[in-house]
Amino acid sequence: MIQYIIRRFLYAFPLLIGVNILTFVLFFIVNSPNDMARMQLGQKHVTEQSIENWKQQHGYELPLLWNASASNEEKLTKTIFYQKSVGLFLFRFGVSESGRNIGADIQERMWPSLALALPTLIVGLLVDVTFALMMVLFRGGYLERTGMVLCVALMSVSSLFFIIGGQFIVAKVLKLVPISGYDDGFSAIKFLILPVIIGVFSGVGSGVRWYRTLFLEEVEKDYVRTARAKGLSEVQTLFRHVLRNAMIPILTGVVVILPLLFMGSLIMESFFSIPGLGSYTIDAINSQDFAIVRAMVFLGSVLYVIGLLLTDISYTLVDPRVRLA
Amino acid sequence: MVILWTDALIFVLMTVICVLAIYLRNKEHIKRPLQKIAGSKVGIASLVVLLFFVLIGLMDSLHFKPTQEKSNEVMSCLDFWAKPLIEHVEKTYSAPFATTLYSKETVVLEDGTTQWSYPRLVYGGRHLENPGSDLIPDILKKLFYGLVQGVACGSLPILIYLAISYKRQKKWIKFDIIPASMRTALFVTFIIVSLGYILIYLSSYYHVFGTDKVGEDVFYQAIKSIRTGLVLGTLTTLIMLPLAIVFGILAGYFQGWLDDIIQYLYTTLNSIPGVLLIAASILMVQVYISNHEQSFTSIIVRADMRLLFLCLILGLTNWTGLCRLLRAETLKLREMEYVQASQALGVKKSIILIRHILPNVMHIILISVVLDFSSLVLAEAVLSYINIGVDPTTYSWGNMINGARLELAREPIVWWSLSAAFVFMFALVLAANLFADTVQDAFDPRRNAE
Repeated sequence: MIQYIIRRFLYAFPLLIGVNILTFVLFFIVNSPNDMARMQLGQKHVTEQSIENWKQQHGYELPLLWNASASNEEKLTKTIFYQKSVGLFLFRFGVSESGRNIGADIQERMWPSLALALPTLIVGLLVDVTFALMMVLFRGGYLERTGMVLCVALMSVSSLFFIIGGQFIVAKVLKLVPISGYDDGFSAIKFLILPVIIGVFSGVGSGVRWYRTLFLEEVEKDYVRTARAKGLSEVQTLFRHVLRNAMIPILTGVVVILPLLFMGSLIMESFFSIPGLGSYTIDAINSQDFAIVRAMVFLGSVLYVIGLLLTDISYTLVDPRVRLA
Repeated sequence: MVILWTDALIFVLMTVICVLAIYLRNKEHIKRPLQKIAGSKVGIASLVVLLFFVLIGLMDSLHFKPTQEKSNEVMSCLDFWAKPLIEHVEKTYSAPFATTLYSKETVVLEDGTTQWSYPRLVYGGRHLENPGSDLIPDILKKLFYGLVQGVACGSLPILIYLAISYKRQKKWIKFDIIPASMRTALFVTFIIVSLGYILIYLSSYYHVFGTDKVGEDVFYQAIKSIRTGLVLGTLTTLIMLPLAIVFGILAGYFQGWLDDIIQYLYTTLNSIPGVLLIAASILMVQVYISNHEQSFTSIIVRADMRLLFLCLILGLTNWTGLCRLLRAETLKLREMEYVQASQALGVKKSIILIRHILPNVMHIILISVVLDFSSLVLAEAVLSYINIGVDPTTYSWGNMINGARLELAREPIVWWSLSAAFVFMFALVLAANLFADTVQDAFDPRRNAE
């Protein structure tokens, strides 16, 4: 088991190196630091000197991959690749273009993100599974058909409309909760209720459909027929047999996204002005802060790789049929 | 005649679809699923709705330079047709069917005095002498005229169909003998044409969906956005498909180091959060465009370039899912007897891939294409909201929502832009989702077995 985990862990490294090289190519080779400087300083009347100054200030004055003018091992280390990309592996994210420490910002901002994303995931999962089970229980009837129609209709509405509509009706007209904002500690709850409800609501259409197909696949199987033949009621078979076996794909599907919850949701956070990593990213994109975007890309892929690792492990824990190869 | 990049690609796509349709016309294994689609009422209805959207999108993709005017503007056929809508520009916001502006201004009366009131619109309801009392009767009257003419227009396809069948069978057929699928199609066409006619008829007198901040007709914006949505949904697939098919099949069939490399490639791409990769690439495109201003002469060319880049980027980030599916399916297929047999007979590997593997994974490709379409249209709105979507000057539902959402805080609220975007987007995505379901039912062998 431990050997397997170590092997999977080692497999993650080439992936992260790949991500790193990709972002490096995207950010430094497709567009040279000169282009970036010109963009940041405004288009017109940019002198060579001010570009040089900007690059000096942000540490982009070094050569990309190979510094011929330096001595010995500094030939490699005194380059943009080493200074900007390799440091990411040690979670040294550096400073943003506006001079703030990215690592500290991330540490501070990931908790609000988690406070929003985790309840959304849990409540969403419960709601989706409940509705899906009900539809499977009443399959073939009117209840299922209306449910399916509702699901497709909900799926066809852009999540932006759910947010705008929910914010307008609940917060502005009914004044039940504040429109947006965030607070530390337990007073954050009143700010989080609405985003969580909206998040659950906008995911319900596709979620219920997905879990319904999972359950339907299980319902057709022989062991369920046996359970029915034993004389178990439909509800008992559903909960004791179908739900338990369907738990395997459900759990592993959830485990993949668990680490990514730290990244937060881009639009939710910016609509409700929650100071999480999602709004951090949006702000960085809007102010064209390349250092932050680069850091977030790397962080996101690290979390995804961790998610993959956790999935592999959880498979073996939940399902005894899976053997480690 | 001006051909933009996306126009060219759209027409390439149309040709490819036509060629494929002709090639697959009489193939027996395609016929059965097609009949299943034709047998489903929902499927036919959603297909007709989609076709109307495609028609508008195609009309908007034929660009030309108007010769009589000296300006450098490029127009599309749709613009030409909707010229009154473009010219009816008001000063700022006005509500649907309003005759006055949304906000009060100082108005100079005829006798020279000024008054603080709602100024009349320049175009909306200008034929009314006395808007206060005439407005609602006039709307009802116009609605009735529009309805009568619309119904007349909408019945035209039905009459044409009856005439054709008369010519074929030499007798008038009764309505209930028409095949069920044809009946649904005719019915949906009738509704769309009538509704569309009423909207067009009314929009020459009023602003049916109001006007936006700079006084542009919202109905026109919503119609123009159709093309953007369709382009994103289809061109992205066009870019994604070759990558997914080639890599997926090669990885599944050859295994070994090739498989390792391809798997590594798509896991790496997958591990980068999609939105961030798109954001990073769009930032790079922005830098590129602003540093090469001389090669993008007009606004429309630049906006079109950005739309194309967006499709390219979405395509490059989206191929991994389909690739994985294809690889898994090919792994299964290569152990099948008929593939083993052709290997034993010494058929070339390239021919095995094209003649035996590819046709047998076609259903997966088709299903994933129609499934992706609706999610791409929805994604556009979100991306435009984060400012990494289409160019701000392009008409798109995302841009409409983005522009309108801040106005909800106003008193009284400006709701019409949002509603228009909602109605059009919902119609397109719902139709796409329903059609995707039907296609999946028809082509997925696992669902067939039930």
